[in-house]
Parts: sequence; C-alpha cells; structure tokens
Amino acid sequence: MNIFLNLKEALQSLNANRMRSLLTILGIVIGVASVIALLSIGQGAGNSITGEIESIGTNVIYILNGSDDEDVTNPKDLTLRDAEALASNTRADKIAYVAPVVTGASEISYSDKGTEASISGVTPDYLYVQNLEMAEGSFITQSQVESRSAVVVLGPGMADSLLGRHAGVVGQTVRIGGYPYRVVGVTEAKGGSAFNNPDNNIYIPISTAQTRLPRSSNPDRVQFILVSVAQAEDADAAIDQISDVLRTTHRIPPRSPNDFTILNQQDFLDVASSITGVLTIFLGGIGAISLLVGGIGIMNIMLVSVTERTREIGLRKALGARKADILVQFLTESVLLSMIGGLLGIVLGWVISVVVGQIAMNAGTPLDTTVTLNSILLATLFSAAVGIFFGYYPADRAASLAPVEALRYE
Amino acid sequence: MMAKQQDVIQVENLTKVYQMGEVEVHALRGVSFTVHPGEVLAIMGPSGSGKSTLMNMIGCLDIPSSGDYYLEGEKVSTLDEDQLALVRNQKIGFVFQKFNLLPRATALANVELPLRYAGENGKRKDLAREALEAVGLGDRITHQPNELSGGQQQRVAIARALVNNPAIILADEPTGNLDSVSGDEIMNLLLDLNQNNGTTLLIVTHDPEVAKVAERIIHLRDGQVDSEEVRS
Repeated sequence: MNIFLNLKEALQSLNANRMRSLLTILGIVIGVASVIALLSIGQGAGNSITGEIESIGTNVIYILNGSDDEDVTNPKDLTLRDAEALASNTRADKIAYVAPVVTGASEISYSDKGTEASISGVTPDYLYVQNLEMAEGSFITQSQVESRSAVVVLGPGMADSLLGRHAGVVGQTVRIGGYPYRVVGVTEAKGGSAFNNPDNNIYIPISTAQTRLPRSSNPDRVQFILVSVAQAEDADAAIDQISDVLRTTHRIPPRSPNDFTILNQQDFLDVASSITGVLTIFLGGIGAISLLVGGIGIMNIMLVSVTERTREIGLRKALGARKADILVQFLTESVLLSMIGGLLGIVLGWVISVVVGQIAMNAGTPLDTTVTLNSILLATLFSAAVGIFFGYYPADRAASLAPVEALRYE
Repeated sequence: MMAKQQDVIQVENLTKVYQMGEVEVHALRGVSFTVHPGEVLAIMGPSGSGKSTLMNMIGCLDIPSSGDYYLEGEKVSTLDEDQLALVRNQKIGFVFQKFNLLPRATALANVELPLRYAGENGKRKDLAREALEAVGLGDRITHQPNELSGGQQQRVAIARALVNNPAIILADEPTGNLDSVSGDEIMNLLLDLNQNNGTTLLIVTHDPEVAKVAERIIHLRDGQVDSEEVRS
C-alpha cells in the first residue's frame, strides 16, 4: 500500500463526513491552540519577570533578615550598626556603597487626595546603589538623616498621581501618616513594571522612618541592606566579605550558620525562573488537558466510524487486505484528523498569544508572548501522538474484525 | 494426503461448529467434494443448510473446525490470518449478492482495490481498466456506484473479482438483487468468463433458475451433502 493512496483515501473518507470531521478537528484545534497560547503566555510572564530582575543590576547585593537554615537559633536583626560596619570596614574593599532600608506602609496624602503606600527610609548612598538620577531638587542628604528631617523625595509616577504633575513640585508639602513632609526632590523616570517600579517610590530619611513609621519591637532593625560593588565580577568576593563582617557584628561562632541571607541578582533569577517554570508547566498542563479531551473526541469518532464501516472492512479483507493494511488505513485517518487540527491550532494559538500580548501592552504591562519553535514542535509532535494513541484502539478493533462477521454485518 | 493435481478444490470431511452461548451449532457435519479446473459448480440448499458456512470456508473467510481444504493443491485450512488474506487476494474472486462496492470510489478505484493489496503499483490502472472493458464497462470507469444501475454495479464487482486472475470465482447469490433481465446478463457474463478464461466458477444460490447453468449441482441439507446432480 503506498502512502499517497492511503492519504488520498483517508481524505476522501473524512470528507464524506465533513461536519463530523470538522467538529473532531475543532477539538484538537482548541487543545493545540491552548497549549501554544498558554505556553507562550507563561514564557512571556517569565521573560518580563526575569527582565525586571535583570534591571536591578548585577552589581547590587541584597542582605535580608533571617535565614532558612534550620540550625539558626536566636537570630539577630540587621541594624544600622551592621550597615555602618559594612561601610567602614577597610578589609571589605569590594563594597562600594551600603544602603540600609527601613520600609513601612503609611497613608500619603496631598490636599484631598490620599493613598496607602509603601515608604522607604533611606540614606544618601541609596541614590548611588540604585543608580537613581534626580529630575529636580536633591536626594535625601546626610544632614537630613542626622536631623530626622520631615522631607520626602518622590518618584515621578508617585508625584503624578499625588500632585498631578512631576515637575515643579519641590517645596510642596505632602502628609505621611498625618505628619507634614516637604518635597525636596523628584527622581528621574526609570521605567519598570507595576510589580517593582522605582518611579512610584517614596523616600524619606531613614532616621525619620525609624521614629515615625509603624515599627517592630526592635527600633534599630532595618528590613534589608543593599550593597553595591564597583565591578560586577567582584560580586562573589563581596558576598564573602559581607558575610565575614556580619558574622563578626552578630557574634556568630565559627561553623554556625549565618542568621542573615545574602542574595545577588543571580539568586533572584534562580528563584524567579523556578517559579515561572512551574507557572509555564501549569499553564501547559491546562492546555494538555484540553488536547487530551480532543484526543478522546478522535477516539470516539473513529470508533463510530469503524462500526459504520464494518462491512467495508469485511469487504477489504475479502479482497486480500491484511490486518496491517486495515490498521494503517484507520490510523492514517485519525492522524490526519489530529495533524490538521494541530496545524490549525498552531495558527490559532499564535493569534491568541499575539492578541493577549497586545491587550497586556494596552493595559500597561508589557508581556512578551513569544511563540517559540519549541512549543510549535511540541504541539505538532503531541498532536500526532494524540492521533496515533487515540486512533490505535479503534484501528486495531477494525483490523481485528473477522472477515466473515464483518461481511455479514448489516 | 496430497491433493490430486487436477482438482482446483478438494474438500475433505469439513466440519464447522459454532458456539452460540451454551449451545453448539453444527453448521457443517463433514462435507467432502472436489471441483475440477474450469468447472461450473452450483451449491444449493435451503436456508440453514450450511451453504453460507461452506462458502465462507471455500472463500478462506473462515477456518473449519476440522477437515482439510486444498486450494490448487495448497492446504489452506491451517493457514494463519495474513496467509489467508494473501490466498483470498491471489486465488479467489468474490461476487456478492449486494455487490459490496466502495460507495465513494469510482468503478476504476473499486477494481483497483485487490491490486493495491497485492502490492501492484505500476500497471494497476491499466489492469483495472482492462478488467472493466472485459465486462463491458469501458465507458463507465469514472462513475461512482450510485451513478450505475444494479446490473452495472455487479459488472464492476465481477471486474474486481477478475482483476487478479483468480483460480476460482465465488459468486454468492449473484443475481439476488437484480431484475431478471440484468440477472440473465450477469449469468451470461459469468459463463462467458468461464468459457473464455477457464476460470472455475462456484455459484451459491437457492434459485434453481440460476443453478441450472451449472454442470454439476451439490445439494446441501443440515450441514451435509444431500445429493449431487450432474448435468449435461
């Protein structure tokens, strides 16, 4: 039996029940399209999250309170003294700038407009660690930190939403937690996403934050410390130096684990990619379920077709068709159904992912929904496999029919 | 025991038992006969006499419960499924009461079918066309069954039975679905083919009018040969 004739015959037979074939194909189209679209959305979400993390910069190191090591007993909080120790330690020569941060949520308002926002208490070096530029005015100064001044630096986005403009706002007074603060500067727009956008930040002197923001039992505690290194290649050496300094200030005996956590960009990337990996698998899994349902549709329709064509199968066997000939004939039909469905599904999935990308873009969250060659290959192989897997049982049933009984079938 | 060379069919003590639930049905109870090459033989009998079962055995569509069947000297009663398929393809041409044509295929494609299972690719269309011309349908090769009359459809079926040059043509009530005029035409065509090609012709029927063209008639009753009638 040659392949071309088989294909031609399968097409004729599918064409004879056009509506039925189309509906069966539709099941596969939806399955494949959802695999393609959901994978590309998952991938897009992953890309934008890692993109954001990369925008942190490779030369910034985060030091966080606590550790996930179970052997840590009685952990000490990170404090301003830790930050000073890091900044002043002459042996920690890889460290460029140190910026302890105290954060707290508070109401910020201007005239009748107010919003709940996260406020960052920072030191002047925060500007250098985060590579911020000032659009107008100046950043928090050392003397403002020392005198616990009630001054605030706004991100341009925050200035826009609060004051209705981001230029010429220096000298205005906003209220945070009920206290008046004088606006002393606005940072340059840096861009970013809703999830971590420096343009929406509010900065006040760290000393002011420690006294005025709702705080924990330890007044010296800082939420985290940012450290920048001069050269990205020095990050690993800097992490060792930070660890040494903090172990000394926290008086951790040798061989005991750290009671703090040091993360660099790579660590965040690893965490994020494992999360988005799970997300992508999860989304792909949802798509796979609909593909499975489509496959069951193929099996169903092929079983009906085998029953309807019992006499035809009997005749073919009488004329000399072997078991394998009948098997191939019916498998060709089911694979053809699933492959046509697969190809249309790839196109539809592509369209969906582009549309979703556009919608996300218009909603202000850039989502780069890329349909990768991998997901196309995956969907093609998967749909062919669905055709073979779900087509095999009906085809085998057809092939195993006894010729006498098949011919006698009415 | 070796089959005698001059017999195209040699059937010895053939039995067939069906298990119908608890009950054993003895469809054939030891049938023996031989068919010579080029002979026209009719098998007759009332319904339930086992003539369909016998036809299925001779057509290699079913295997006997016991007994031997030699087709052109080859013992076919012990072959496996795929070997039987090959025997059906190469040595047997079927003509059915209900024509059994593929409804969506042209006359030519229907006749090509046995050649496809035989693995014939190069000359397939030519051989099929020749077979259709031999049954007088050279001008209908692109017609589908629903565009042909009953008699024409049965001619296509005969062309399909002929196309692989079989040893025997097995016709099961070949005129059963036809009016008497086209029925006569079909019988004449089958007899012509027998005369011209020397193809052995086995006709299974309950119609004495059809059976009377045969040189020999085997009457079956209750799964056994009741009588054998030699004519002309």
